[in-house]
Amino acid sequence: MKALAARRQDRRAPIVLLLLALLLTGGLYAVLAPTSADATPVKASTNDIDTGEKLFQANCATCHGPAASGTASGPSLIGVGAAAVDFQVGTGRMPMQMNGPQAQVKPVQFDQEQINQLAAFVASLGAGPAIPTAEQVDPALGDVANGMLIFRTNCAMCHNAVGAGGALSQGKFAPNLWATTPTHLYEAMLTGPQSMPVFNDANITPEEKRDIIAFIDQQGGTSPGGLDLGALGPVSEGLWAWVVGMGLLIGAAVWIGAKSS
Amino acid sequence: MTTTATPTPVEKLAAGTADYLDQRTGIGTFVKTFARKVFPDHWSFLLGEIALFSFITILISGVFLTLFFVPSMNEVHYEGPWAAMNGVEMSEAFASTLRLSFEVRGGLLMRQIHHWAALIFMAAIVTHMMRVFFTGAFRKPREVNWVVGFLLLILGLAAGFSGYSLPDDVLSGNGLRITDGVVRSIPIIGSYTSYFLFGGEFPGTDLIPRLFTVHILLVPGIILALIGLHLFFVVLHKHTQYPGSGRSDKNVVGYPLFPIYVAKAGGYFFTVFGVIALMAATMSINPVWNYGPYDPSPVSAGAQPDWYMLFLEGSLRLMPGFTEFVVLGYTVSLNVLIPAMVVPGILFTLLAAYPFIEAFATGDKREHHVLDRPRNRPFRTAFGVSLLTAFFILVLAGSNDLIATHFHLSINDITWVFRVLIFVGPWFAFWVTKRICLGLQRKDRELVLHGHETGRIVRFANGEYIEVHKPLDAHERWLRVQHDAIRPLEIEPAEDSRGVRRKGYALDRMRQRLSQTFYEDRIEPVTPTELAASHSHGEHDAVGPADEHAPAALTGAVGGGQHLVDPQDETTPDGRNR
Amino acid sequence: MSNHDTGHEAGNELVTHAPGALPDKFENPGHPEHHDRLGDNDPKANKKAERQVVVLFAISVLATLGFLVAYFTLPPGETPESMLRSNLALGLGLALSLLGIGLAAVHWAKALMNDHEKSEERHVQRSSDENRAGAVAALKDGAEDSAIGRRGVLQGAMISALALFPLAIIVPIVGNVGGDWNVSKFRHTMWKKGTKLATDPTGRPIKAADVTIGSVFHVIPEDLDEAEHPLDEKAKAVVLLVRLDPADLNEAEDRKGWSYDGIVAYSKICTHVGCPVALYEQQTHHLLCPCHQSTFDVANGARVVFGPAKRPLPQLPITVDDEGYLIAQSDFTEPVGPSYWERLK
Repeated sequence: MKALAARRQDRRAPIVLLLLALLLTGGLYAVLAPTSADATPVKASTNDIDTGEKLFQANCATCHGPAASGTASGPSLIGVGAAAVDFQVGTGRMPMQMNGPQAQVKPVQFDQEQINQLAAFVASLGAGPAIPTAEQVDPALGDVANGMLIFRTNCAMCHNAVGAGGALSQGKFAPNLWATTPTHLYEAMLTGPQSMPVFNDANITPEEKRDIIAFIDQQGGTSPGGLDLGALGPVSEGLWAWVVGMGLLIGAAVWIGAKSS
Repeated sequence: MTTTATPTPVEKLAAGTADYLDQRTGIGTFVKTFARKVFPDHWSFLLGEIALFSFITILISGVFLTLFFVPSMNEVHYEGPWAAMNGVEMSEAFASTLRLSFEVRGGLLMRQIHHWAALIFMAAIVTHMMRVFFTGAFRKPREVNWVVGFLLLILGLAAGFSGYSLPDDVLSGNGLRITDGVVRSIPIIGSYTSYFLFGGEFPGTDLIPRLFTVHILLVPGIILALIGLHLFFVVLHKHTQYPGSGRSDKNVVGYPLFPIYVAKAGGYFFTVFGVIALMAATMSINPVWNYGPYDPSPVSAGAQPDWYMLFLEGSLRLMPGFTEFVVLGYTVSLNVLIPAMVVPGILFTLLAAYPFIEAFATGDKREHHVLDRPRNRPFRTAFGVSLLTAFFILVLAGSNDLIATHFHLSINDITWVFRVLIFVGPWFAFWVTKRICLGLQRKDRELVLHGHETGRIVRFANGEYIEVHKPLDAHERWLRVQHDAIRPLEIEPAEDSRGVRRKGYALDRMRQRLSQTFYEDRIEPVTPTELAASHSHGEHDAVGPADEHAPAALTGAVGGGQHLVDPQDETTPDGRNR
Repeated sequence: MSNHDTGHEAGNELVTHAPGALPDKFENPGHPEHHDRLGDNDPKANKKAERQVVVLFAISVLATLGFLVAYFTLPPGETPESMLRSNLALGLGLALSLLGIGLAAVHWAKALMNDHEKSEERHVQRSSDENRAGAVAALKDGAEDSAIGRRGVLQGAMISALALFPLAIIVPIVGNVGGDWNVSKFRHTMWKKGTKLATDPTGRPIKAADVTIGSVFHVIPEDLDEAEHPLDEKAKAVVLLVRLDPADLNEAEDRKGWSYDGIVAYSKICTHVGCPVALYEQQTHHLLCPCHQSTFDVANGARVVFGPAKRPLPQLPITVDDEGYLIAQSDFTEPVGPSYWERLK
């Protein structure tokens, strides 16, 4: 269902493109678009903290420094905990390949074992949040209604009322949450990646975090009224009213006004 | 019109009923007058019908909704099938919206029909207004009906906004909060106006019941009355018609009301309702359960109003903040007043007043029933397009966060681009449209003077090659030459023969300047004389290679025309290329 | 109803005229010829069109029956899927029922009804001079009968009465509709010395030690539920609580005492038009309003760095109590939310 939702978003793109293309030329787009991408090769090898350190030296030390204490191009990782590593590497955000406004989701560069090794190494540098257990993130154990209340106060202003994503300043954005795994959702709240603030356990308790996960789990699926039009609110509804509604009705009017052959 | 008596029982019954009614109402005269009234046929004349029929759809679905909606802000706890709301505290308005969506059979369908129909209603009003504007259908004697239509547009906005806010969800609640903020910025009376609307401090407990009365009684009542007036004027004036052979300001050409328009318009009502039902069946609209009940603290990304209010949202987003200032201890929030009051004020005033401005500049007192082709009135067309451009830029500015996320642009950059475009865009659109209109008129002249290209190349005895042109037939030509060229007004001189400055000169001078702005740049339609001159010079176009005139003598002889037409300008044979 | 005047040949004749003898304008060539439809001459095509109309009406009948079946057999149920199914079935039934009728009627009109255009005369809107004179006479006679022109006092009395009576309608409306009209409530919120800061919406008091660097708390007064109108109070009292690295925090001299150990509290209500300013970007310390994108810099007194707002967000002075809970030092020192005329008075 979530994969379906993700694909639906792709289909919408041409229509929104049409909207913008009316005003912004491709040239303008090129000027404003953040610059993209040069790939870094990735290597990997064996087990435990030492292996993790090797992985770290090979893939992360360039930006985060050999001792993980940070450089001009990457923050210190001492004390960020295993949760931060699992989130950043597990969603493909790290290693970063693009000098954009923010690190973006892309294909994951390591397998889960390697991620765990990296996490173990970073966790060994200083105390920090651990990767949550399966029970902590099980949507079936959460209270959806309470999740809705917590989510809309703490999350909806950036991620949209149902987690469809939204804009931040200067080209940054809060991503769509429908395809994010429960573990990564939990870790993101706990560690506050990038622009996102930290929501520690005093702010949103572990049970409340699970409630939020339960709420997100229900979004992006079937919408009772039909196609959800991206769950983006009145703008996409207006666009569809004009394109589909007025399109069909004017088409019918032309048919009515035309002489029969 | 007249019924011939035949003995079938059905006809007897019909005759009996008709007789009964006519004896009491004299309806026979009415039927005789109106049943075969002629209406011209054109698809663009149905745009207003979309608005009318979607309004009827709104009334039907709205009555259904009122049976289940509870306009109250009392707090209750929801119990029902929607898990994400279970036990959540909410107003009765929101709870009853959830109930009528999820528990009343067909309720969700009716709600979605109602909302889609509202979006279509506003879209149809705007499209219909564009048709009336660009074809000059607002000219005498229809200026008053333009104003009635304009009022319907404003009332449509009021109806939409009041209904959008009724479910008391977070999205519309933040819209109301913005309304409160805008109202408060009004100098002197702002705070009191806010109390006037909300019955005290925002959000209070009075607003939803008040909006309900406004939404289901006050506004629709006035809309219905004005629709009646609007249609009365249409019957009184008889419908306008597009230019064409046989049509003039003195007649109306088309099909009779009964049976053609009873069937066509009746059928179109069902089609409009059907298309809206189709949309409601397949596409979700305003899923308030996603937003949750109103609470002043949360807000959701993508906080926008329905499309027809989006231009105000965009206007607010574009305005830089430095324009707020304090004078004598009183705060003047121009950063809110300008975008939320002045900008729509200018747009709407120009729209409402345009027929009167144009009549003033034209100095024409005749009745007009034949529509203009938009190209033949370059200033008006360009002006309309530039207003629409401004509106569209504001709509896009109101969607800047979605543009940012979908195209990975910086929202700040987009805002800056729109800040520039809102000044440059309308002027540019004006200039381009006017050039296009003049160009199309030149093309019309060209076609009338020289006819269609045939693709047949012939060679003269002197060795010159020429393409044979086929002259337009009378109907094709008429479409391109039927309009009057309007020239700038001539005024009496400032001083009379004795050198005394006359009264009213300043006004006349202003009027002349306005008239020049409207009509200085123009292409006049071909006159019979010009056509004859063109033919006597260039007869070989039509007749063939017998003529021996040198081509040098042909060019430039008639203003606006050229002898050899560029192939890419070729028009389709019926010539109605717009 | 006149049909089809002449004038077809006017164009071709022009060629033979000498210039100068020609009219200023072309003449209207009259109605074009009528083109018959396929069905007008071919009974088969006519019959076919009729069958199509019948089929369309039949589709409508079937769709209505289908709608009724769906109404009774497909309740909305308890899940989004069953709701979707019910809505889709009912909606498609209704749509086809309506479209069947609509398309049938239009097709009937287009293909089968007489399609010869008719022409009707128009008349100018203006009344004839005779009628105008009659109207003026009628009004004059009426005025004469009432003798209103000669009875000045009566005239004045009538106008005064008519002008004044609406007050009896308007005054009660205006008087009651604004509640108590006490607009000074804009100035005050529930916050007072010692009010504990609590999380929104759960109402848990917040300890200073819980607010780690980079986190943001959405805050309400702990006693919000005790207010007479909690939503009205919440609309003014919501606060954002943020902890910055003290090195990043630039505080104005007179506000040094308003924060606690890098923890600052700002009103969440935008100074533009009042949306909740809730998007906190942890790395830049910027607060963004999702409604109109006003951006405030929390590290610098929440001053505006972008967008349509002018004023910084009002700051709530905070401190800690004996148990380490964050409390307010006082109410806000200025009205929160959007600007209004008498805001500084």
